[in-house]
Order: sequence, then structure tokens, then C-alpha cells
Amino acid sequence: MSAATGSSTVRGHRDAATIGRTPAGPRELPPLGRARTAGELELVERTVSSGLRVVAVARRTVPTVELRLRIPFAGEERTRAARAELLASSLLSGTATRDRVRIDDELAAIGGDIGAGVDPERLLISGSALAAGLPTLLEVLADVLTSAAYPDGEFARERERLVERILVARSQPRMVAREALQRRRYGDHPATRELPESDDVSAVSPSEVRALHAAAVLPAGSTLVLVGDVDPEKAIALVEEILGAWSPPGTATEMPPLPSLTGRDLLLVHRPGAVQSQLRFSADAVPRTDPDYPAYQLANLVLGGYFSSRLVENLREDKGYTYSAHSMLEFSPSGAALLVETDVTTEVTAAAVLETRYELARLSAVPPTEAELESARNYAVGSLLISLDSQPGLAATLCALSGVGLDAHWLRGHPARLAEVTTEQVAQVAQRYFTPTVFTGVVVGDADVTGARLRALGGIEGP
Amino acid sequence: MPNGLRVLLAPDPSTPVVAVAVHVDVGFRSEPEGRTGFAHLFEHLMFQGSESLEKLAHFRHVQGSGGVFNGSTHPDYTDYFEVLPSAALERALFLEADRLRAPMLTEENLRNQVDVVKEEIRLNVLSRPYGGFPWILLPPVLYDTFANAHNGYGDFSELEQASLDDAASFFDSYYAPGNAILTVAGDIDVDETARLVEKHFGDIPARPTPARPSFAEPLPTSERRRSVPDAHAPMPALALGYRLPDPSAELDSYLAHALLGSVLTDGEAARLQQRLVYGDGIVTDVSAGCGLFGSPLDSRDPDTFTVTAVHPANVDADRVITAVDEELDRLAADGPDSAELSRISARWASSLYHEHDRVMSRTLALGSRELLYDRAELAAELPGKLALITPAQVAEAAGRLRGQGRAVLVVEPTGADAGSEGEQA
Repeated sequence: MSAATGSSTVRGHRDAATIGRTPAGPRELPPLGRARTAGELELVERTVSSGLRVVAVARRTVPTVELRLRIPFAGEERTRAARAELLASSLLSGTATRDRVRIDDELAAIGGDIGAGVDPERLLISGSALAAGLPTLLEVLADVLTSAAYPDGEFARERERLVERILVARSQPRMVAREALQRRRYGDHPATRELPESDDVSAVSPSEVRALHAAAVLPAGSTLVLVGDVDPEKAIALVEEILGAWSPPGTATEMPPLPSLTGRDLLLVHRPGAVQSQLRFSADAVPRTDPDYPAYQLANLVLGGYFSSRLVENLREDKGYTYSAHSMLEFSPSGAALLVETDVTTEVTAAAVLETRYELARLSAVPPTEAELESARNYAVGSLLISLDSQPGLAATLCALSGVGLDAHWLRGHPARLAEVTTEQVAQVAQRYFTPTVFTGVVVGDADVTGARLRALGGIEGP
Repeated sequence: MPNGLRVLLAPDPSTPVVAVAVHVDVGFRSEPEGRTGFAHLFEHLMFQGSESLEKLAHFRHVQGSGGVFNGSTHPDYTDYFEVLPSAALERALFLEADRLRAPMLTEENLRNQVDVVKEEIRLNVLSRPYGGFPWILLPPVLYDTFANAHNGYGDFSELEQASLDDAASFFDSYYAPGNAILTVAGDIDVDETARLVEKHFGDIPARPTPARPSFAEPLPTSERRRSVPDAHAPMPALALGYRLPDPSAELDSYLAHALLGSVLTDGEAARLQQRLVYGDGIVTDVSAGCGLFGSPLDSRDPDTFTVTAVHPANVDADRVITAVDEELDRLAADGPDSAELSRISARWASSLYHEHDRVMSRTLALGSRELLYDRAELAAELPGKLALITPAQVAEAAGRLRGQGRAVLVVEPTGADAGSEGEQA
């Protein structure tokens, strides 16, 4: 644009260099003020007679309430994912006394919603409502848990839609990369079945899903989290009263431990004509319960766990290879894995693999500086504070922690644990867990364009 | 302030964090012909350093203070924001003031960010199914003027031609303090914050603010249809685009359209869900509402009411469109029943409370509504206003959509990607 584009622009604008200077010159960054910590949570936790663990927290910022019910939901059979996905998508399609529309109408009347999602590890039922509607929210939930009917007609339609949605999901490059990575990391472990096969879905009958519901939707081993404008004791009493009928025997099933990862070449997966390549690296990491966890968390932040990290500053802000690069922890009941990922334009695929490996090697060889560590530490503490500062954020965090046997007590103690981490500890952790040779992974992209350069780098499996 | 910067302070003692947002009154509707995508590219450049902050320093100072940040470019505004522990309030004000006063615009950073933006577009548009659907694809069907119709992400060739002088001109034209709003919310003391705002923003010199152009264009009088191929999409999709009433002039009518969208598609009991998804079983997913990005009250007039659907290839798009027309006709004639409407208002109230619960979303809503409509207070007023909308007003909204021309966009899978789920190479 020049100054001649119209009356709304300034004629004779300053040049870029002039814009970037003022008579006063550069100024000094103000120091941080006094830190304020989050107030104590008003929280009550109790295991009710059915074996369901209930956590209720008062957060009276707005007159609503947030609900999360995490039911461990693992299964070994190959077709399990198809039945589990259909259970989740049909769970709200009718009960003995309410049809699909009535369920939705009752929820809408209290400004409410309930949704269900499933993965190889757990069934997660999420809900929210105006706080005054909590009894209704729990009544609808109880009805669904104790008498979801999976009516034949509704079920058949949800099954068709699920097949269509799977088709769309598998057309996403991200999903293609995810499935390739899961197979590369975990072979045929149930954890790899995140999205069912369409043929398996089409073959599932409503009676099979009813049977799965009866066998696996169980309170013992599950956790219900309520956060909102509620009195925690009264909320738990309501749960005992309204969800009391949900008390079948048995305990919800946790996923079997994931196999340990060992270093392997990156598998090149061909997507003809792809304009971008997906790079995915992974290695074993440490879970939150490990004494090394706070140091690991900080090392990971320095690598690629936030924007001000080595990966982002190199791959995006220096090279312009990508819009984003991340490294993140994935937790399971048995442990944790690190996932390093970025999507890059096809032409720079090999160069981006090289730079990613370089940053992994550099983290183990050139440990984080004091400044890098302080930044990561402040971010870890501050971003935790921010993520807990809403009803859904707090509910989701407490629910996720429950999945690995942790609670609000762990959250409260975490800033202090982060404060104690030393540079030496981070250096040790980096050397042990981030060296490139312990990583496995995939590159998904157009192998005809990227293959020769990737093979020249070495450490690539594929023709 | 004397330099024209408008300041909103919204204290909330219940939270330990603060949010700081700068909303600038320029979006991609204002970018010049030949420079599509420039407003968004410029947003990226504003993170690349300023007089007191070298490249990368902004990110490092926000995150190193325990905060999170982002920016986004909309049709009529661009926002920059961070949420931090309240100890970092002054630092956040300093960072925002420094780049509003004297951003460091360099050739090297410009070229780097052109590459980054191109990767963003490859990621979000070019390499995925339904990329840019409907926000990039629908406007050129519904609108005639460059401002309203063009692709706000930009063409690669025009992004590549963007020059440092373009950036300097854009900054001087649009980033005057009088063209911006500063919003600070959360754990703040109002007097102390006002003093800090004055300290850091007070000496940014006033500059002329641009005259805000009108983007008005006549309502379409007929149906305009276009189909676009999509090599990645496994199923067809369609989008209908209609013009909305001006939210500044006819807020209640605009809100009636928002409720109409919910009557049509929000929840299992909604009209089009019941008919198309479950009754006829011809649509996989359907959604309707105000705006091109799924949320109402995010731009000035003209704004778009959007209906989108994904459906199997053996279903004719016209079957879906006819069903939408019939449901709109029915609503125009009879309106929703009052219990149906009050359920929908309750859901809206609930979601507005959620918006208010998060300091970041509350801050962005305050700033954007002040900028777009001079009405920051809308956030607090909306649940009440929505609850007062009558079935007759929703019926009128449905009739209004049926009484005008519209855009019909059809996304046609070309099958180029069919069966290529990825094979081991």
C-alpha cells in the first residue's frame, strides 16, 4: 500500500526507521510487582457408597456450574473403539423415560449441556448449567448412566453419522500423522485405536453397545468433578441422593501400561501431493508423580513447551519453516511420553528434521541457562494460575489429575516444587531424556519430493 | 487520554490475574487492493520488536513473567492481548505501549513473517479439507466490494510483494492512539492502574485518526451460487450466506437473528437438527448463526448470517437448501413457541456467563464491543436483552432472511485425495 490508496490513509507517512525511534530512546523494562498467590480452594472430596469419587469445588465467579465425569474405559478387543465411540455418540439419544429431544429440552431449560467423548483410556462426560439447575443436570446424568436405552432407530442414525465423521477426520493430515505415530510408537496396543475403523463401526449392533454400557460404565474407579457457584457439601449430598441409583458392581477398567519407547529411525509415510509435511518425534518422559517431573517440565518448556522456546525461536522466528512447533507431555495412567511436533512446508522437510534433531541434541549438550530456566519457571507457575482461573479450566484440570491418581493437594504444592528445581537437575534430566537417539517418530509428507534429502540425513526408514 | 487512546478498566478482586488488551480499529476489510492479507501480516509484525524490545523480547517478557499472549485479526479490528499474574501488570502495559509507540519494522522480520504466515495458510487452508470454509469462500459470493469480498488471509503473491514501506504507511495510518482502545481487567486497583497507563501510554503522540470508511453495499436481490472444488474433502459441504441487520442500528433485530440460529441448530432439539440430521438423515452436521467465525457481534455492518452443512455425496444440495427454506418459512409464519425460545435464552445466558468467567474472554469482549459499537457494557446487558426477544421478533428475523437474496456456496470434493490415507514409503 502506498499513501495514495485513499483518503483514510496518511499522506507522507514516516519511514520504518523513523517509526521505530523516539527522542527519549529505549526504555527500561519495569520490574515485577508483588506476587499474589491464588486463594485456597473451597473443596470437598468424598468417595460415595457406589465407589464413585466426588470432588466439589466452590468457585462463585458466575452463577453456573461445571461438571466432569471421568470413567476409566479401556478394553483390549480390536473392535472395542467402534463400540466405545458409538456408546459415546449415542449415550444421550434416549433412556427408559426420556427421548433424545426431551433430554435436550430439559438441559436447555437450565442453560445446560451434556456431552460425551471417548478415547482408549477413558469415557469423559462433560456438562454445565446455570447453578440453580444442578439438581436437573444430575437427574438427567443419572438417568443416562442408569438407563441409556440406545434405541434402535436413533442408534442406526448415529452409526451412519459416525461413519461420515470418521471419513472427514481421516482426511485431516493431522489425523493421518497421529495414526502413523501411534502405530510407530505402540504397535498394536489398545492406545493406538483412537479412531475406529468405519467397517467395524458399521458392524456394531445396539445390543452390543447396551452390553458394553452395562459392563463398563461403572462408578467405582471413576471421578466426578463439580466446580461452580455451589456449596461443596450440599453438592456432594445432591450427588449421593441423585446418582445413588448408579451403583452397579465392578470397577471401571484402566488402560494396560504402554510399552516403553526405544530410539528408532523416523518412519517416512508417503502422502502424494502434500503441501506440508508433519514431523512427529516421541520418547518416554517422566510422569507427574516422579521426583524428576518438575525439572523435566522446565526442560521441556525450554525445548518447545511454550512460544519462547528454542524450537519456536529456531524453526519459526529464525527460519520461517513453520507456523508453530511444540513439544508436549502426554500422560497415561502408566507413565508419560514426550511428543515434539511441527508442520512444515514440503520443500524444507529435511531441513526441519535436521533443526529439530539439533535442538534435541543441543538441550542435552548445552543445558538451559539460568535465564532460560527462570523464564520457564515463571511461565510454569503463572500459566498454571491462569489455566485454573475459570470453572471449566479448574474442572478439567482436576479431572485430568484424577486420571493419574493426583488431586488438588498436588496442584497446591506444585509451585513450590518448581521453585526448588536447580539448573543442575535440569541439565541431568535433559541429558537423560532428550538426547535424539532415544526418539522414535514419523514424517508424513510427499516422499517423492522429500525422500532423497531425508535419506541423505540418515535415521530415516523407508525406500 | 489527551492523545486519543480510550481506556477501559474493569477491576475484579476475585482473580489473581490481569488481562491487558489493545484493540486497534483496523481489520482486513480496510486493507488496500493488491495487498490482501496485509492487516493479518501486520499483526504478526507487531510481535517482532519495538524501540525498547528486540525481536523475541515481547514473547519472552510476557511468558517469562508467567503470562500468555496472542493477537488476532478480524474484519473490522485487530487485537493484541496478554493474561498474566497481577504482579506483571506494569510490565504488560509497558510492552503494549512500546509497540504502539515505536514498533521495529525491519525487512528481515517482514520476510520471516511472510514465510510464517504462508505456513499458517498452508496449515489452516491449503493442506486440509474444508480449508477457509466458510469464512474465506462465502464472502466473495455474497458481497461485491473488494473490502467485503476478498480473502483476509491473503494471496501468496500479494503477501510476497508486501514491502516495508507498506508496513510503515499502514502503521502511521491506522495505529494512531486515537484509533485504539486499551482494556485492563482483573486484579487491578483502578487509581494505580490509571496512573500506570498514563505513565506508559501518555507520551505516545497524538496522530490523525483515519476516517472510517463505510463498507455498506446493497442487499443482494437474488440468489448467487458458486461451487468450489476441494481436493481434500471427502464429502460435499454447503454454506448459505444472508445479510444481517446492522447491530449498531437494530441491535434487537440482530439478536433475534442470533436466537434464530439457535432455534435452527443449537442442540438435539433444534429445528434443523431434528429434521435434517435425525428426521431425513441427509446431513452429517449443520450449524447456523451470526458471523462468519461462529460468534455474533464481532463486526460492524455488513455482517453475515451463515448456515453450514456437511452431507453425503448422494444427497443433492438442493434438498438441504429446500429444507432450510421450509423451516425458515415455518418459523416466519408461526415463530418458535415461547418455551422453546426461553430454553434457548437460558443456554445463551449460560454461555455468556462462561465468557465472563474467564478474564481473557471478558477483556476481549469489553474491548471489541467498545470498539465496534461504543458499548463495552453490552457484555453485562446481553443476557437480559436476549431474554426479552419475543417469538414474533424471531419470526420476523426468519421472514427477513427469506425476503432477501443470498449466497449459496457448494464445496465439491474432487476426489484427488481419495484413498490416500497415507502409505508407508
